[in-house]
Amino acid sequence: MVRFILRRAALGLLVALTVMTLAFMLTRLSGDLAISIAGPGATQEDIEIIRKAYGLDQPLYIQFASWISRALVGDLGNSYFFKDSVSNLIAARMPITMTLGLVGLGLALLVSIPLGTLAAMREGTWVDRAVTVVTMIGQATPSFWFGLILMITFGLTLGWLPISGTGSWQHFVMPGIVLAMTATPALTRLTRSGMIEAIASDYIRTARAKGLTRRSIIFKHALRNAAIPVVSIAAVQLGFMLGGSIVVETVFALHGVGFLAWESIAKNDFPVVQAVVLVLATIYICLTMLSDILNALLDPRIRST
Amino acid sequence: MSIAISLPPVRVRTFRVGNVGFWIGVAICSVVVLAAVVGNALVPHDPFAQNLNNRLVPPFWMEGSQPDHLLGTDQLGRDYLARLVYGARISLLIGITTMIVSGLIGTTLGILGGYFGGIVDDVVLFLITCRLSIPVVLVALAVVGLLGSSLTLVICTLGLLLWDRFAVVARSTTMQVRSLDYMNAAMCAGASTPRLLFREILPNIASHLAVVATLEIALAILFEATLSFLGLGVPAPLPSWGLMIAEGKDYMFFSSWVIMIPGVTLFIFVMGVNFVGDGLRSLLGAERPR
Amino acid sequence: MSAPLLEIEDLSVTFNERMAAVRNASFRIGRGETHCVVGESGCGKSVSALAVMNLLVSAAKRTAKRLSFAGEDLLAMPEKRMAQLRGNRMAMIFQEPMTSLNPAYTIGSQLTESYRRHKRASQRDATARAVKLMGRVGITAPEMRLGQFPHQLSGGLRQRVMIAMALMCEPELLIADEPTTALDVTVQAQILRLLNELKDEFGLSILLITHDLGVVARVADSVSVMYAGEVVEHTTARQLFADPQHPYTRGLLSCIPVPGKSQRDKPLGSIPGVVPQVSVGFSGCAFRSRCAFADADCAGTINTQTATADHNYLCRLTPTRQKELARA
Repeated sequence: MVRFILRRAALGLLVALTVMTLAFMLTRLSGDLAISIAGPGATQEDIEIIRKAYGLDQPLYIQFASWISRALVGDLGNSYFFKDSVSNLIAARMPITMTLGLVGLGLALLVSIPLGTLAAMREGTWVDRAVTVVTMIGQATPSFWFGLILMITFGLTLGWLPISGTGSWQHFVMPGIVLAMTATPALTRLTRSGMIEAIASDYIRTARAKGLTRRSIIFKHALRNAAIPVVSIAAVQLGFMLGGSIVVETVFALHGVGFLAWESIAKNDFPVVQAVVLVLATIYICLTMLSDILNALLDPRIRST
Repeated sequence: MSIAISLPPVRVRTFRVGNVGFWIGVAICSVVVLAAVVGNALVPHDPFAQNLNNRLVPPFWMEGSQPDHLLGTDQLGRDYLARLVYGARISLLIGITTMIVSGLIGTTLGILGGYFGGIVDDVVLFLITCRLSIPVVLVALAVVGLLGSSLTLVICTLGLLLWDRFAVVARSTTMQVRSLDYMNAAMCAGASTPRLLFREILPNIASHLAVVATLEIALAILFEATLSFLGLGVPAPLPSWGLMIAEGKDYMFFSSWVIMIPGVTLFIFVMGVNFVGDGLRSLLGAERPR
Repeated sequence: MSAPLLEIEDLSVTFNERMAAVRNASFRIGRGETHCVVGESGCGKSVSALAVMNLLVSAAKRTAKRLSFAGEDLLAMPEKRMAQLRGNRMAMIFQEPMTSLNPAYTIGSQLTESYRRHKRASQRDATARAVKLMGRVGITAPEMRLGQFPHQLSGGLRQRVMIAMALMCEPELLIADEPTTALDVTVQAQILRLLNELKDEFGLSILLITHDLGVVARVADSVSVMYAGEVVEHTTARQLFADPQHPYTRGLLSCIPVPGKSQRDKPLGSIPGVVPQVSVGFSGCAFRSRCAFADADCAGTINTQTATADHNYLCRLTPTRQKELARA
């Protein structure tokens, strides 16, 4: 188990380094950063000053090496626009994004596990088919548009929920629902296929032969096994959701990390952009590791090897 | 002596939306393709022509509509139907070209990994892991934000970002095909590696790839709409459905139809493509990639 | 013989209303008796057993003239009452010990579950009984096994756990579906001996399903031979080996090497072909496609013949006539 975790960690580090390289290359795509930072109307002199100040006059590999070495100790550089360290900026906004992600994941699990179980129990019937159609609808709905529709319906017409901002828990309801919608189809399908496999298994036949109640057979024996992949994939889904939070945060003007990234892209604030890419990728890497560990913990067959 | 004891084929109850869904999907996609190809020849208005005196005219089912503008006009007085039909062109173009780019990358990687195994496969798996850890929307936005929005750039960026599912499916199906007997037979017969890859492997995994391809088209269309909505996709004044929603956003509380029309269109089209993919899956007997 | 524990009369099972898996099967099992159902795979043996337990998949439909357990009619019994019988008064063990236990729960929790449900016992009492039974079925260090997971046990141990689990509530009927097929030969013998011992000790009736006539010879009191969903011969174990009547039974017996009797240079017998799948509405003898004595009349209705009081078979020909045909 320890070896397994160490190997996963080494792999994760390698992936993180690759993503760092990509993030660095990404921000150098446009050619001369100094011109972009200086903005329109800057004199050649201004540009030269900026180039020196940000170390952009040095060769690329030196810039890269210094970025990597500083990033490894947690120094992600300074924002051009906010005049603050990038680490501070991200740290200040991370709680909102995390809250949003967890609310979204919670809602997604709350919907997809019962829905998937129901579909599996009624496999082949109209209930099953209806669940399939629902997951397809969820898959085909553009999340930003769904957010706007919710705003019009619950924010304006019904007036139940605040339209944007982060003042109270109500502010997280609509964004959470939108984010949940992006993860629900995959989780529902996974629950369904896992449950169908479990229900058809020999140990469920044994459980029935033991005269257990239907509830105990489904919820204790089948769901326990079907839930193992769902829980571990849920961790990975959380990673995707955090990455996708940029859309939701922009729609609902939630000032989280995604919103920060969007603002920074618009303002050519490259240190922030590359840092957010790196941070989100790192979180994703950690979550996939967590997913593997969860999987091992939940499944006795893997746990003991 | 023999007696005929025949068993009529037992119809297996499948969970798919089934043939009905497939044909609904085909119908939806046909309409969109038709609109993209000939639509603007039929709609009497220019999708780019502004008329600031005739702004935000509601569609035909609402009061104050004009028979001239079936779906009304936008905030700059441009005919909504003309823009919607033109938007189909953009969506299709981006969906299909992105699918081709990402399909080429993903399939190549997947087949190589699945066929050669060992170190090659490790590298391919590593690339897939790296790709999955990159937040797609954010990176796509950053690229477009840095280099300036253009159609080509959106296509290239999405193509470079959305190949993961192709790679995963191509890899696992190649592994399956490789382990089959006739592959051994072909290998023993002395077939060269490229020949094996193109003549034996590719045709056998094509059905699985076709299913992935439809799903990727749907995904690319959604991503394009998202990027355009966030202002960093297709450059205005090109009428992308996502951009139409973004432009209508400021007016949505007063006239919600400005976001409903492009949104519902987008939804129905993506749904249609997914229906086709789902139908293909059951027609071709390919399984859902995990 | 007192009233039988399990009575099956004209049991039929169809799948999707097309395939006839079991056709008009009848047999009865007395108390304390071991009844074997024997035949090749695909003959409807397991399906019959599952039909008794009402554990068939939803695509299957069961009909019978009579299906009674300890005088109670199982056909009309509501599922709720049936669930109270299952695991309690009738228990079942399966062919695949590797997959028949839930991988997510410990041996202890799976053993005690049915006892707690059916006997409303406390966890402590149930655990004590589990430990006792595990010891009885030959599991060493039962206390240690309680906390282990199925994958930590060997196949033989798992099958012993399954047997202990089946015995938890002291059932009257134990249905064992090929309980030794997946096991090593030495373990097979141990399990069979164990079943025999338990039968006497607990007064069990056992319905044992097997394709192995060697198993039948060791444990059976009475035997049903099944072919393509039909019981083609029904008799006592002694009669079956001494005086088989049906060509299929004779074929099966000729496939077994008997030490000292089988001649080295003569090949063992075999039955050419495979068991046909039979659709609903099939008539005549299903074995006729593989039978050496079959003629056109075998496609007609076949009546049950009686050899002795407790020996009947389903064939037009008497053994004497079969011998004549074989000589000709």
